[in-house]
Amino acid sequence: MDFLRPTSLDEALAIKAQRPDAVPIAGGTDVMVELNFDHRRPEALLDLTRIGELAEWSTLDGTVTLGAGVPYARVIDELGDALPGLAMAARTVGSPQIRNRGTVGGNLGAASPAGDTHPVLLATGARVEVASVRGRRFIAAEDFYTGVKRNALEPDELITAVRLPAATGGEQFAKIGTRNAMVIAVCSFAIVLREGHVGAAIGSAAPTPRRVGEAERFLLDELPWDAPAPLADSLKRRFGDLVASAATPIDDVRGSAAYRTHALSVLARRTLTWAWDGYRGSVLQCA
Amino acid sequence: MTISTETTGVTEAQGIGASPVRPDGTMKVRGEFAYSSDLWHEDMLWGATLRSPHPHARITGVDIAAALAVPGVYAVLTHADVPGVNRYGLEHPDQPVLAEDVVRYQGEPIALVAADHPETARRAMKRIEVGYEVLEPVTDSEAAVAGQGPALHPGGNVVRHVPIRRGEQNVTADVVVTGTYEVGMQDQAFLGPESGLAVPAEDGGVDLYVATQWLHVDQQQIVAALGLPPEKVRLTLAGVGGAFGGREDLSIQVHACLLALHTGKPVKMVYNREESFYGHVHRHPARMYYEHGADRDGRLVYVKAKIYLDGGAYASTTAAVAGNAATLGVGPYDVPNVTVDCWGTYSNNPPCGAMRGFGAVQAAFGYESQMDRLAEACGLDPVEVRLRNAMSEGTVMPTGQVVDSAAPVEELLTRLRAMPLPAERSGELDLRRLPGGVSNTTHGEGVVRGVGYAVGIKNICFSEGFDDYSTARVRLEAVGGEPAATVQTAACEVGQGLVTILQQIIRTELGVEQVTILPMDTSIGSAGSSSASRQTYMTGGAVRAAALKVRAALVAHAARVLGHEHTELSVAGGKVVSRHDGVLADLVDVLDGEAFDETVEWRHRPTEALDPETGQGNAHVQYGFAAHRAVVDVDTELGLVKVVALDCVQDVGKALNPQAVLGQIQGGSAQGLGLAVMEEIQTRGGVIRNPSFTDYLIPTVLDMPPMRIEVLELADPHAPYGLRGVGEPPTISSTPAIVAAIRAATGLALDRVPVRPEHLTGT
Ligand SMILES: Cc1cc2nc3c(=O)[nH]c(=O)nc-3n(C[C@H](O)[C@H](O)[C@H](O)COP(=O)(O)OP(=O)(O)OC[C@H]3O[C@@H](n4cnc5c(N)ncnc54)[C@H](O)[C@@H]3O)c2cc1C
Repeated sequence: MDFLRPTSLDEALAIKAQRPDAVPIAGGTDVMVELNFDHRRPEALLDLTRIGELAEWSTLDGTVTLGAGVPYARVIDELGDALPGLAMAARTVGSPQIRNRGTVGGNLGAASPAGDTHPVLLATGARVEVASVRGRRFIAAEDFYTGVKRNALEPDELITAVRLPAATGGEQFAKIGTRNAMVIAVCSFAIVLREGHVGAAIGSAAPTPRRVGEAERFLLDELPWDAPAPLADSLKRRFGDLVASAATPIDDVRGSAAYRTHALSVLARRTLTWAWDGYRGSVLQCA
Repeated sequence: MTISTETTGVTEAQGIGASPVRPDGTMKVRGEFAYSSDLWHEDMLWGATLRSPHPHARITGVDIAAALAVPGVYAVLTHADVPGVNRYGLEHPDQPVLAEDVVRYQGEPIALVAADHPETARRAMKRIEVGYEVLEPVTDSEAAVAGQGPALHPGGNVVRHVPIRRGEQNVTADVVVTGTYEVGMQDQAFLGPESGLAVPAEDGGVDLYVATQWLHVDQQQIVAALGLPPEKVRLTLAGVGGAFGGREDLSIQVHACLLALHTGKPVKMVYNREESFYGHVHRHPARMYYEHGADRDGRLVYVKAKIYLDGGAYASTTAAVAGNAATLGVGPYDVPNVTVDCWGTYSNNPPCGAMRGFGAVQAAFGYESQMDRLAEACGLDPVEVRLRNAMSEGTVMPTGQVVDSAAPVEELLTRLRAMPLPAERSGELDLRRLPGGVSNTTHGEGVVRGVGYAVGIKNICFSEGFDDYSTARVRLEAVGGEPAATVQTAACEVGQGLVTILQQIIRTELGVEQVTILPMDTSIGSAGSSSASRQTYMTGGAVRAAALKVRAALVAHAARVLGHEHTELSVAGGKVVSRHDGVLADLVDVLDGEAFDETVEWRHRPTEALDPETGQGNAHVQYGFAAHRAVVDVDTELGLVKVVALDCVQDVGKALNPQAVLGQIQGGSAQGLGLAVMEEIQTRGGVIRNPSFTDYLIPTVLDMPPMRIEVLELADPHAPYGLRGVGEPPTISSTPAIVAAIRAATGLALDRVPVRPEHLTGT
C-alpha cells in the first residue's frame, strides 16, 4: 500500500486526479477502523494532515469557513460561540482521543447516517466546499448525502471546507445513546432558529441524515417571531410529531424503530424550547 | 472507607492491613506494562483461527490446499492434526479442540494457520474452504428441559439439574408474589484480548506463555489434547489484561502449542476484539420463575423457583454455575421452606461459563426483585422487608448448611440506609450530571429520581466437595546483606493485586521488607483458579502457612545460634526478638548464609457434594455479603438513566489491603451497573449481533458515579486472618439495586436486565 503525503492542496488534488482510488485519510478514526477490520484494502492512502490550509478556519461576513481537517477538539475550543450547534455535536463525538483526531471533513467523507455533525450542517444550511484539478464547487449539505455511507463527491475530488453561517439565534443538537458518553447515535436531532430561517434535521433515523422540511415550514409559519414569547405546548407537540413522521428508521441492536421515532419527537420538542430561548435571548440583546 | 471493627493481627509496615503501591500499577497506567499480546520471539510465526459462521451446521468438507499454497504459510491444521484427545473442558471434556463433523456455535474453531505475518495468516485462513450443511439452531433452555428439540450432545441437552428441597413442599401463605425474570448474556469485557506465545522445546515439548486464570487446569487439558506427559508442557503466566472468569476456559492454549509443535517454531496468537467475543465464554443468560409466600408481616414462609440457565454449545462450568444459582437461589434470607429447581442446558448459543458472580448474579436479580414485590404487597419499606427476613450467623441455608461465621445482612442494610443521600440536583446546568450526559438530551425535563436497595450472597472458594488447594513455596535468605524472601506459586495475577497481597503477608509473617514474587508457572504445584473470590484466601493462606513453617525453622535455628529458648523468639522488623529481652540480633546475622525454604499444599476445610435429589449438603466454604443502595435519575420520556449514587456496604472479614478492597468493590459495582442498564451480548438464532465495543457498551466514567463505601471487618474464624473473599459480592447486589431504583422512579415492573430505553418508554 502506498502512503502518499502531499504538503499542499494542489499537490493533493493532482495526486487524487491521477489516482482516484487513493483513499484520503485525515484523523483516520474511520479509515483505520476499516483497515484494521480488513473491510477495505486500498492501493494507496492519501494523508491530508500535512496540508496546512485544511486545518484552519476563518470568518467573513458572518460566514465561517471551517477547514475539512480541523479536529473536533478545536471546534469545541475555538468555535463554541460562532458555531454552538456544531460545537455541541462535536462534544458528543467519541472520547477525548477521538475528538483530538476526528474531523468534520472525515465525518462528511464517511457520510454515515449516524455521523453527529450532519444534522447540524443540514440545519444551519451549510455548504460543503469541494475541489479537484478541475476546479472548486459548493454542494449544499442537503444534496451531499446520497445514500448509506455515500456522498456526492466525484472520485477526483477532496473536501476542503464547510461554509456555514455564524449563529445569530438559537442552535441546538441532541443525540440519544444508551450510555452517557462515547456512544454512536441511536438517533439525533439539530435545530437552528434565526430571523427568517428554521433549519431542522434528523440523524440515524433514515438511510441518510435528512432535513425535515414540513416541520421546518410549520415552525417558520407558526413561531411568534415578532413577539418572542414562550411557546405553547401544542405547538411543540405538533412540531415533534412532524419531525417524527419524517423519520424512516430501522430496528437494530442499538434501538427499535419505534423508539427512534418516539425519541425524535421528544428531542424535537425539547431542543425547540431551548433554541427558542436562545433566539429570544439574542433578540432581547439586540433590542 | 470506614473500618468499623477492630483490626486484628500483627501490623508491619507495608504488611497486611496496609495499602502499599502495586508494582504493576504505574506501568499499567502509563501503558508500559507488558501484556501477553506484547510477547515477542525471534523468528516467530503468527497463528490464526478459522471459525464457523454458523451456530449449527454439519461440516461436509474442509479443503486447505489453497491456504497452504499462500507464500509465507507454514502450517494449516484441522482436527485430524490433533495428536491426543480432541476434547477438552473444565468440568466435562465435551468441546473439540478443532471441530470434526459438526459445529455447535458461531465462532467454533475449525482450522488453524501459522504464517510469517499475521496478515498472511488471516488471508490464508480465508482461503480454507469449508462445506457446511446448515442446521436449525437450538436456542431455548426451557424446551431443552422439556426434552424437545434435537440433542446436541450424546447425553441430551440438560447439562445439570439441581433440585433444592427444604422443609414443607406443599405450604401456603397469606401473601404470595410471583414474577418471571430474565437476565441477558453479559460479557467479561476484559481489556486484553486472548493471547499467548508457544515455543517448541528441544525435548519435544513446548513452553507456553499465556494470559490465563489457572495454569494447571490449562496444562491438564493441553496435555490431553497433545498426547504429551505433563512435564513436556510448561506454562508461564504472561501479563493478564483482566479476566473476570472469561479466561477460565481454553482459548489459544492448545492451538498455539499445536502450531508450534507442527512448525518447530515459536507461534504467537492474539485475538482481535471481535474474535475475542467468540473466543471466550460469557455469563449465562437466565429465565427465572419465582414465587414467594409470606405472612402479612412480610416474613417469608416459602420460596419456589425454577431457574433456567442457557449454557450454550459446550458445558464449560455450567454445572457449577447451576449449583450456585440453586443453592443461593433464595438469597441472603432465612426461608423455612424452599423448592428450587435450576437447570443448566446446552444450546447453539455462544458457550457460557464463568463470570464474576457465577450464578449468584442471575439469581439475585430474581430474588431481589421479588423482595421488592413482597414489600409492596405487604405495604412495607423495601429495607424493612429485607431486615425481617435477613439471615444471620446460625441461619440454616436451603441446603441444610448452618452458616457458621458472620452473616451481617442486617448490619449491612442498616448502615446502608443510614448513609446520607446525594443532594437533589441544583445550581448551574451540568449536562454530565444528567441522563444522556453531554449528548444534551435533557436539561431536567422528564427527569425523576428513584432509590433502590439490594443485598446479595456469594459462596467463596470452590464448593460441592471439590478438593480445593493451593501450593506455595517461601524461601528466606540473606541477599546483599539484607534478609530477603522469595515466594513461588502458580497463582495467576489477573489484575486483582495478588502479587501485592502475597508480599504483604510475607512482611507480616517474616518481618522482612524485601519480598520477591517469582514468575507464576507450572514448575510448582497448582494454586487453583483466580476465581470464586478465592485467591487471597487460598494462595494467601498457602503462602502464610509456608511462611509460618519458615518462621518456625528460623526461630529454632536462631534459638540454637543465640542460645535462647525458642518459644521465646519471633521475628519482626528484620530482627530476631525475644519476648522478655527485646531485640536480640539482626535477622541477616542469624541467617548467616543459611536459607530456609518451605513448600506447602494448603486446603480450606472440606465441603460436601449436594444430595442429587434434595440438594442437601454442606456445600460451601464461606459466604460473602454486600449490599447496595442506588440512586438514579431517569429521563422518563426518553428512557435514559443516570446512576447518581451507588453506595455499598460489604463485609470482608479482614481488609488485607484496604485500597485493593475498595478497588474490587468499585469495579464489581461498575460491572453490575453495566448489566443493569447496558451490557448484553444480543443473539438471534445463535448469531451474535454486537461483537464489538461499538455496540457492546460498558460503563464509562460518566456512567459510573463515585461511590460511598463502608467496609466491615467481621473476622471469619475459619479463614486466614479472618478474611472473606471480596471480588464477587459487589457485582451481585449492584444490578438489582439499580433496577429497583429505576422501578421506584418509573413505577414500571422491569423484569429484564439490561433495562433498555425501549423498556422504559414502551416503544
Ligand atoms: C472510538 C470511536 C468513536 C467514534 N464516535 C463517533 C461519534 O460519537 N460520532 C461520530 O459522528 N463519529 C464517531 N466516530 C467516527 C469518526 O470519528 C468520525 O466520523 C470522524 O469525523 C472521522 O474523521 P477523521 O478525520 O478521523 O476521518 P478519516 O477516518 O480520516 O476519514 C473518514 C472518511 O472520510 C474520507 N475523508 C477524510 N477527509 C477527507 C477529505 N478532506 N476529502 C475527502 N474525503 C475525506 C476518508 O477517505 C474516509 O472515507 C467514532 C470513531 C471511533 C473510532
